[in-house]
Amino acid sequence: MNKLNLLKPNKENITTYLYSGLFLLFISLFDVILSSFFKINITSFLPNFISFLLPLVFGIIGFHLIRIEFSGIKNLDLLNKNINTNTFNAVLTLLIIFCIIKIIPGTLSWFIIDANISGETKEACTGSGACWTYIKIWFNRFIYGMYPNELQWRINISFILLIALAFVGLIPSEKIRKFLTLYYVVIYPIIAFILIYYLISGGSLGLEWVETGAWGGLSLTFIVSFFCLIFCFPVGMFLALGRRSALPTLRYISVGFIEFWRGVPLITVLFMSSVMFPMFLPEDFFMDKLVRVIIAISLFEAAYVAEVIRGGLQALPRGQYDAAKSLGMGYWKMHIFVILPQALKLVIPGIANTFLALVKDTPLIFVVGLLEIVGMLNLAKTNPKWLGFAMEGYVFAAIIFWIICYAMSRYSQILELKYKTER
Amino acid sequence: MSDPIIKIENMNKWFGDFQVLKDINLSVEKNKKIVVCGPSGSGKSTLIRCINRLEEHQKGTIIVDGTELTENTKNIEAIRAEVGMVFQQFNLFPHLSILDNCTLAPIWVKKMPKKNAEELAMRQLEQVQIADQSKKYPGQLSGGQQQRCALARALCMEPKIMLFDEPTSALDPEMIKEVLDAMVNLAKAGMTMIVVTHEMGFAKEVADEVIFMDEGMIVERAETKEFFANPKSDRTKLFLSQIL
Repeated sequence: MNKLNLLKPNKENITTYLYSGLFLLFISLFDVILSSFFKINITSFLPNFISFLLPLVFGIIGFHLIRIEFSGIKNLDLLNKNINTNTFNAVLTLLIIFCIIKIIPGTLSWFIIDANISGETKEACTGSGACWTYIKIWFNRFIYGMYPNELQWRINISFILLIALAFVGLIPSEKIRKFLTLYYVVIYPIIAFILIYYLISGGSLGLEWVETGAWGGLSLTFIVSFFCLIFCFPVGMFLALGRRSALPTLRYISVGFIEFWRGVPLITVLFMSSVMFPMFLPEDFFMDKLVRVIIAISLFEAAYVAEVIRGGLQALPRGQYDAAKSLGMGYWKMHIFVILPQALKLVIPGIANTFLALVKDTPLIFVVGLLEIVGMLNLAKTNPKWLGFAMEGYVFAAIIFWIICYAMSRYSQILELKYKTER
Repeated sequence: MSDPIIKIENMNKWFGDFQVLKDINLSVEKNKKIVVCGPSGSGKSTLIRCINRLEEHQKGTIIVDGTELTENTKNIEAIRAEVGMVFQQFNLFPHLSILDNCTLAPIWVKKMPKKNAEELAMRQLEQVQIADQSKKYPGQLSGGQQQRCALARALCMEPKIMLFDEPTSALDPEMIKEVLDAMVNLAKAGMTMIVVTHEMGFAKEVADEVIFMDEGMIVERAETKEFFANPKSDRTKLFLSQIL
């Protein structure tokens, strides 16, 4: 047996190094897990400071001992290559692992172990964790707002229909495929509007009228986001084209529009739309608050979309314009068939970014008295019977928003892959 | 002698303060093949880009096939539909397949039924020997194949005049020949061609006349044989001695 050199682990005594290294790592992690999960400190006989740092020191030595190049053991090599290339990386790895271990028990106990979900009142929540009872009782309000309970089937049916209709694109029929763009860009939004106008709003066809002020919760989040996304995109596209136009008037109008909307905060725009805007309208002219809000947000976001699309337009080489022109295409044909398909493909990540921001901006509509999901949470948390559950509410909203945004993000990635052609 | 299909008179062009083209006079008869050569920066590319108004001239007149090039957008689009162009950088549309690249303009500009456009495109692609690549995207083809596709795309508009802007300059040496061959075939079929190129072999083989440009002016214009045998101006001699 060769002499062991602890400073330079080598391949010759690989088993010795490996076992001692793994043992030290085990002790280090064991100590952290014990103190984190069971509040037991096995090194309490040592001074506080040393006892605190001991797992890290053990871990570093352990990682050092198993850092053997070309050991021939596949997993060990993989480990060394990815997280244990040098002492600094080993320390980072250890710190991250320790943090995760430290966080787990607290999170688990708040979310599940010490949480309550049974019961109907605040008194049912006896544990130190989350009070999911609060979410359970208010769930209906968080989804439908103040929409009358007995009429909520109208919202359900509308949304189920809309979701089902969104999947038309998956029908593998050549005949339908031809009209798919038309369907998604024009027909689908019209169907959505009709459903919302006749079914959710009501007031005709024998359905009771429900004023938009009573709409709310997650369903309102969806309605506002959906229409804003649909409107802001074409407006933004025309603004982007306008800003690059050769006609000075058009260009200055576009620049002015974009810079105006980008320069003001959304919250003031919403406030103006509800308070100032009606003052400028003729007395007998009525426009619903929700419609005004949707227009305001759409114009606001259109300015951002315009700049994102302009970035894509500028990224295209001039040769593409030259080639399209040399084939006799006019301005619109050139843009529709050659320029925009390429530019929009380039800006999918940027557009997705703007759209995610839009969805997360919708809670601001509380300034005009429309309460979507976060608005309903704020309302619920000030209910005298349910004081003190802001945390649960916000965590719930965060989870909901995360799910929506992650779904959108995934969808944008799918689109990117779908339209990827080699340049 | 028939009427010239391209007639340029006293044409001047500036980029800002810099004058790129000075008093250009040029007329080209139908079915003639003209090669334009000269050092870089001499305005050759700008000259032919003016012919389909990818660049605007500021002074003088350009008449293509009886129509003067002015601000009138309708006229310009009509002229462009009759004048095909092949670029140095190919400029294929990367988001469309080779076949779609060729059928796009015939379908949407000439309002040709899709089926006819596809037949026409396949014929043109066969001419340049890349019919088997028609389903692929430009990015999957070699430079030479892309340039031949660009040629086929321009020919699908059934143009009366073809402009070539250094069509082989961005190609690897072994691919130049396949593109030149396609151009020679086109020339033999009787197309009116104006070719900006440094390929003197091509000029000798197909050109009726050669134009030498320097510093924005047409320095010399002569029959091909004459041009290479006894160039008149000193600058032409110098240029030829460097390039040949």
